Parts: sequence; C-alpha cells; structure tokens
Amino acid sequence: MIEADRIVRSTCPYCGVGCQVNLHVREDRIFKVDAPFDVAPNFGRLCVKGRFGVDFVHHPARLSKPLIRKDFGRTPRQPVGVEGFREATWEEALDLAAERIANIHRQHGPEAFGTFASAKVTNEDNYVFQKFVRGVLGTNNIDHCARLCHAASVTALTIAIGSSAMSNSIAEMKDLEVFIVTGSNTSETHPVISTFLREAVVHNNAKLIVVDPRKIEMTQFAEVWLRQAIGTDVAIFQAMAQVIVAEELYNQEFIDARTEGFKEYAQSILDCTPEWAETVSGVPADDIRKAARLYANAKAAAIYWGMGISQSVHGTDNALSLANLALLCGHLGRPGTGLNPLRGQNNVQGASDSGGLPHVFTAYQPVNDDEVRTRFENYWGVRLNPQPGLTVMEMVDAAARQVIHCYYIMGENPLMSEPDLKHSRHVMENMEFVLAQDIFINESSEFADIILPATSFAEKSGTFTNSDRRVQLIHPAVPAVGEARDDWSILCDLAKRVEGKLGRTTSAGFDYADPAAIWQEMAALTPAFQGIDHPRLERENGVHWPCPSPDHPGSPYLFEDTFPRGKGIFTPLVVTPGAEVPDLEYPYILSTGRVLFHWHGGTMTRRSKLDDIYPEPTVEIHPQDAVAIGLNPGDWVKVRSRRGEIKVRTLITERSPAGMVFIPFHFAEAAANELTHDQRDPKAKIPDYKMCAVQLEPA
Amino acid sequence: MPIQLTIDGKPVSIEDGASLMLAAQQAGVDTPVICYHEATTPNGLCRQCVVEVEGWRVLAPACITSAAEGMVVHTASERVTRARRTILEMLNASMDLSEAPAIQQQMDEYKADRKRFPGAHRRSQPLLDDNPFYVRDYDKCLMCWRCVQACGDDLQFTYALSTGGRGYESHIATFFDAPMTETTCVFCGNCVAVCPTNALVSKTEIFMSRGLDYDAIRREKRKQRRAEKKEFSDD
Repeated sequence: MIEADRIVRSTCPYCGVGCQVNLHVREDRIFKVDAPFDVAPNFGRLCVKGRFGVDFVHHPARLSKPLIRKDFGRTPRQPVGVEGFREATWEEALDLAAERIANIHRQHGPEAFGTFASAKVTNEDNYVFQKFVRGVLGTNNIDHCARLCHAASVTALTIAIGSSAMSNSIAEMKDLEVFIVTGSNTSETHPVISTFLREAVVHNNAKLIVVDPRKIEMTQFAEVWLRQAIGTDVAIFQAMAQVIVAEELYNQEFIDARTEGFKEYAQSILDCTPEWAETVSGVPADDIRKAARLYANAKAAAIYWGMGISQSVHGTDNALSLANLALLCGHLGRPGTGLNPLRGQNNVQGASDSGGLPHVFTAYQPVNDDEVRTRFENYWGVRLNPQPGLTVMEMVDAAARQVIHCYYIMGENPLMSEPDLKHSRHVMENMEFVLAQDIFINESSEFADIILPATSFAEKSGTFTNSDRRVQLIHPAVPAVGEARDDWSILCDLAKRVEGKLGRTTSAGFDYADPAAIWQEMAALTPAFQGIDHPRLERENGVHWPCPSPDHPGSPYLFEDTFPRGKGIFTPLVVTPGAEVPDLEYPYILSTGRVLFHWHGGTMTRRSKLDDIYPEPTVEIHPQDAVAIGLNPGDWVKVRSRRGEIKVRTLITERSPAGMVFIPFHFAEAAANELTHDQRDPKAKIPDYKMCAVQLEPA
Repeated sequence: MPIQLTIDGKPVSIEDGASLMLAAQQAGVDTPVICYHEATTPNGLCRQCVVEVEGWRVLAPACITSAAEGMVVHTASERVTRARRTILEMLNASMDLSEAPAIQQQMDEYKADRKRFPGAHRRSQPLLDDNPFYVRDYDKCLMCWRCVQACGDDLQFTYALSTGGRGYESHIATFFDAPMTETTCVFCGNCVAVCPTNALVSKTEIFMSRGLDYDAIRREKRKQRRAEKKEFSDD
C-alpha cells in the first residue's frame, strides 16, 4: 500500500465528459487515479483511460528540451524522429522561430500562416494562441480538430437555433424518460456518459432508441434499434418526422410559440413515409413508427449524437434532421430534453469557446462584427483582421496552392487526424516553416523545423470546458518534464519576440502572471464568461457557461425561453447519396472510429499501458465477408482504397453489417486515414470519415 | 412527512423512510461501516453499523433499517460495542486486513483483540493477475460486494463480476471464473475504487509498493514487441 505525498484534484485529459479526478502522487509520480463521489459530472465514476491511462505523463519520450531540425531550411523535408533533431536552448529556439515567422510575414503577409489551436490544452492556452494569431500575425487562419469532428453539428445547430453546444447537462441523464442515441458508440467514446444513460434505462425505466449501423453495446439496452444502412440517417429521421406529423403527435403550442417554417417543412416530408425510408435504409417501417411515437409521446426526450452524424458529406443535413425532430416535439429547453452533440476531446468545447475558430473570437463572437472587433481592438490595442479565416482542410488546400507558407501546430496531430494523409503529408513536406509545440514528437511534428516542449495536463493549471459546457480547473500535480513550459507562457514569449522583429511599437499584451489572469482578460471581453473566475471554479467545482455575472448560477440547460436566433427554424431536407459508394473494384464500405482503449492519433494511449490490451490495428469484418475473402480470425489483411493501403488484423464479428468494415484510426503503423477521402460537407467543411470504398485482400 | 425518533437521548426529526444511519448522522453520530459505501446500494452485509433499538430482539443494521416514528435508538450501548468489536475480531482472524486502514482504525477504537481467535481458518485464495491494469488479491477480500454492485447496477452496468460458490466457499467471481479479459469487463476500475481493503489494486500501485516500476517494465515489453514487428516506435 502506497501513501500519497499529495492528492491533487484535476480534470481527466481524455474525452469531453470532463471527469473530475484525484491524482495520487508519490515521489513526483502519479501512481493512482480515482474520483470524488460527490462531484459532478462523473460522481466517482471513471473509465479505463482516465483511471489507468495517464502513465503517458511519465513516458521517457516526453519532450524535455526545445528541438531544432538538423537539416533546418531544407525542402522538401522528410519526416524524422528524435534523431533528426538537435537540442537547443529556449533562447535559440524561440529566436529562430520568431525570425522565420517575421520573415514569412514580411515576405508573404498575414495570410501565409495556417495555425492549429488545440482541443487538448486549456482555454487559457487557446485564448493566448488566438490572440497571437489575430493580434500579432494579423490573420484569422486558426482552426482545430473540432472542424474534423463536430463542425457539421455546429453548423446545423447554428442554422436551426443559433447555438452550437450541447443543450442539456450530463447530470440530467440518469433521469431521462426517452432518448435517442445515434452515430455515437457511447460506451467506448464517452464511457462515463454511457453509464448514466444505462442508469436511466435500468433504474428509471427510460426507453432508449438506438439508430446506428453497428451493433454497439448500447443496443443491448435499447427498446428499439434502427439499424440503418450507413449514410441513410436523414431518411430515418425524416420518416420519423413524417409519422409525427401524419399522426399529429407534434407539439402545436411549442411550434406556434417558438418556431418558424413548420408548414413548409411539413409539406416537404409528405412523401417521406416509413415505407419509403425502409426502401432507402433497410429499417422496417414499423420500427421507425415505434421510435417516432416513443420520441413524440414522451413528456421529455433527448437526442445524443456523435461522429456518425457529423463526419459525413451530408453531416449538416444529418444534424438538421435531428434538430427538426426536436423542434417538432418541443423537446428543447427543459430538463431531460435537448439536442446534444457529445464532444470528443477534453477541451474541444473550450478550444472553440476561447476563439480557436476562423470566424469567431471567444464565445462565438464574430470577427466580422464591427462592434465585437472594436471591443477586442480597444482591449488589445491593435488593429484586427475582419476577414474570417480558413478552416483546417482549407488550410491544407491553401498550402497546396502555396498561399500558406507556415504552419504553427499546438498540441494537435493533423497527420493522423486529417483524411487522405498522403496529400496532407505532401503539403507538409513543402511548407516553408513548420513550428510544433507538443508533449511528444508525433506524426506531424516529425515534419517540424522546431519543436517546443510543452507541459502536460498534470503539470499545469488552467481550465478545460467539457461537453456540457462545464468549465473546470486543472492543477499541477507533478513538476514539468525537463525544460518543458506551459503553452501560454511559450506563446507569450514567442509573441513578444515576433512583435519585436516585426518592429511593432505597441504590443497586443502578453504579460500574464498566471492562467487565472488570462481567464480574467477573456472574461472581460466575453459577456457569457463574466460570472466565472478561477476562485469561483475552485469553490464550486466547475460552472456551466453561459454565466454572465458572479451571482448567476450557470446554465446546465439552455433555451428555456428563447433560442439565440429567436425562433427555431425548420429546415426542409433532401436525401443525398454518400461521397464514395462501393463498386466492383472497391466493394466494401469502410467506416472509421474509435475503440475504448485508445485515443485519437494514439500519441498518448500508445505510450500507456492501454496499448497492452489493444496493441494492434484491427479491422472489424462480418463473418459472411470474412468467408468470401478467405480470412480467419487474427489474419493480417490488406485494406486498400483509391488513396492508399494499410495492413491490419482481422477481427471477425457481427458488430458491423455485411458489406461494411470498421477500422479504428489510432494506429500510426496502419493509419485508417491513409484510406479515407477528403470529400467535405459543403456547409461545414467537415470531411467524410464514415464512408469510403475499399477492397480487402489477405496479406 | 417527517417522523420523530430519539437517538442516544437526542430528539431527531427526519423524512419517513430515511435510514437509521442518516438519522444518526443528524444526531451528530458517525456510524462505523465496512461494507457500506455512499455510491453503492446498502445491503447490510457486514453488520458493523448495527445499533440497538429499544424493544427489538436483535440489533439493527443502521444502513438498511428505516427510521420509524417513536423509535428509541442507542448507538453506543455495551451490546452494540461488543457486537462491533466481535465482528472486527472475526474478520481479522479470517482474512488479511493489512491494507485496510479504516478498519484498522476501528479495531483500535473498539479495542479489538487481534489475537482473539488464534486457531481460525484463514480463507486463502490465489492472487489473480490477468490483465494490464489491476490485480485481484482475494486474500484481502471481505465479501462486501461493493465491487459486484459497482460493476452492476450501481455504477457501471457492465455486470462482469458476481459471486461464485456457496456458503464458506462463496467468493467474488467472474462467469465460469474466466480471466477478466474474457469477460464483459471494460477495465473502468470502478470496482477498484470502492474496494475497502485493497484486494483490488492497480498494478502501478502494487508494483510500487514492492519497489518496482510497473509502467517502465511494461514500456520495455512494448518496445521489444514493436521492435520485433518493426512497427510503431515510441522511442
């Protein structure tokens, strides 16, 4: 039995649930993680990653000194491991980086920069990052991986109601009456949320409707499981709406008071009968009717969704079809209702909230709104660019066209998370200057000219904002590794040097005592954050924003009286085909996603004991298909698309339907995104990770 | 409707249906517990929380006994104290409580004789090490069921753990005693978190207590495994 030297409260660094954790530390090592039973959102519950998977913090490959590429300045650059870099002092590395950035700025102007904020670092880090990008570089080319996960949900909810966050809280889940889970393998991607959803079913007799092509674990708790053909989500939800309209199960009072466009919408779905949907999706019409009645007749019903809805060429339409349902039945603005996109990363909500997006400052205040921009200009004392910037994949395009010459990547790994990696790699090879800031060398920083070592969540303070908009603190539990520094402090140092080299006479202001001071500035510029500060978060263990004043309790659920856009609007939709459909040459549909034991690009989990239980890349294949291809369990199999090829191990299971295979994207040695394509949703610019055509061949 | 009762001479008013443990708390009395946990359903297994209710033949486990109108309850009578002390002495005689500081503290408090039952048969079970995250050292298991409840209907709804065997042979088990990796277990460790005796303990912790660095050892193994396959290198 080990006695802890100290027990430090923090927030789990993995997913968007934002579990509160206690880090037990002995001799500067985290040897145990548990959770307080009386604190939201997780009330003592954790999953395998949070409880056992933070050993990456102590991995010897953690970056401890600034690194400069040995063949600095040579293009095209090759990816190199640690042996391709030399150690440098902070002085040298930051000066060299500032020099290059200033040169590129002088030569090509502000639009030559493409920058990646991070859903893994704190709100305070992201705030300073966007301040540097906007206030010093003068561009709005800032985006992060939220673009690759929930961009379609954000776009759809902005159209339908004018806001993009999860509308209800995790704490309400156990009291649900009826709820839909769609495109979310909740028990693997948001494990702790899934326990509260299951609790609602087991203890509250809630009725769960699962809409998912895969036989995920949540189907075991479902009253109805609609197993639609992949990519036919809109048909299912339109048909549910049709049933609700035809049987007059809608909420007339809500529609009259709080929505517009009902008549046109009702007209548009006249032909979308369950029988029609059955021909499109393969789901029995009666099951669709049953689901529609369950949802519509409930006093309160909520919808939860994940990447299966948003990561599609018609992702925005998918999410809009859900919004239509909620508006139809008035299942918004009350406890136990809502439109709830489950956010992936620990701070993906926060990275967006703190301005890590190309068109908005903090809390979605538009950069092209003069009043907003003037407020920021006055506070920072610099002129700001009113032109919205480029999204992640648009930055790749711009780099390919040699418009963008410099990437600044903070705590992201685009060369694992972007689709069609071959293309993204090619772009990276020819970049003029790549600056990375991270805790490990990853597949992207292998292309960097300079890598700046940052502290991990366990070594710094600040805030993460979880999926239900709860702002929560992290605290330093162990000392920084080597010379690693906090992201905000690196950014401030770099920003001042760049300002100096550009000959700026006024600074946008990069002198902060600590992250609490950064939050103060962010709150001063952001009405929705004004009631929150670090001491309050410490006292109350987290506050849900919007929270406009210190006496405001925070907002666990939104839209009680009105929507941000005033009235909610119905959007008529048309069912459109998938981006790449199987053919004779590439006969299988590939869908990608996550497994319980790994996290995204694997930078953390593959350096943890989590890798011991799931050490190899796999492909989920239906038994029928395995027989047809000639595969036995555990066989290596080559999976090929029009973009690339990888080798993975066969996992024979009925989880995915025949004709569809599933590959997790965590494994660098067999990166699923070598296969995926870069077809994007026209409105949200999100790539389709869930549907591309592949062929399989025994390896 | 609130009801009135008396605890250790103090009048207490509490919601009908509340447990005696809650009522005692209101009277400022902390009830000692072993199997009870705030996050799991109380089931009165260990009987350490017993109190004396006037007019009752047997002692009442406070965690599962509802307070009733007019009850007169004694939480520190000689009978209660003796029962609690004996429970501790019997437990201590039959299992390894060395890593249960809260129970050790109770033994001191109740002046339990740690050698009262020298000839007792100790339940001995092998330490089970079948996954990368935690071990199950059932020599330390006192059958409080918290882990089973945490895995099931109280926290996780995964149902990988249950009880196996009968009577003296009963023990915490998986279906057909399969290794954890072959059960529905998702290794959330919520069972580890509620274990009162360190029978369930994370590997990092148990290795550290033996002067070893589990994470570093596993890291080396991974490195070898990957080197053999010329795969992903984590330096």
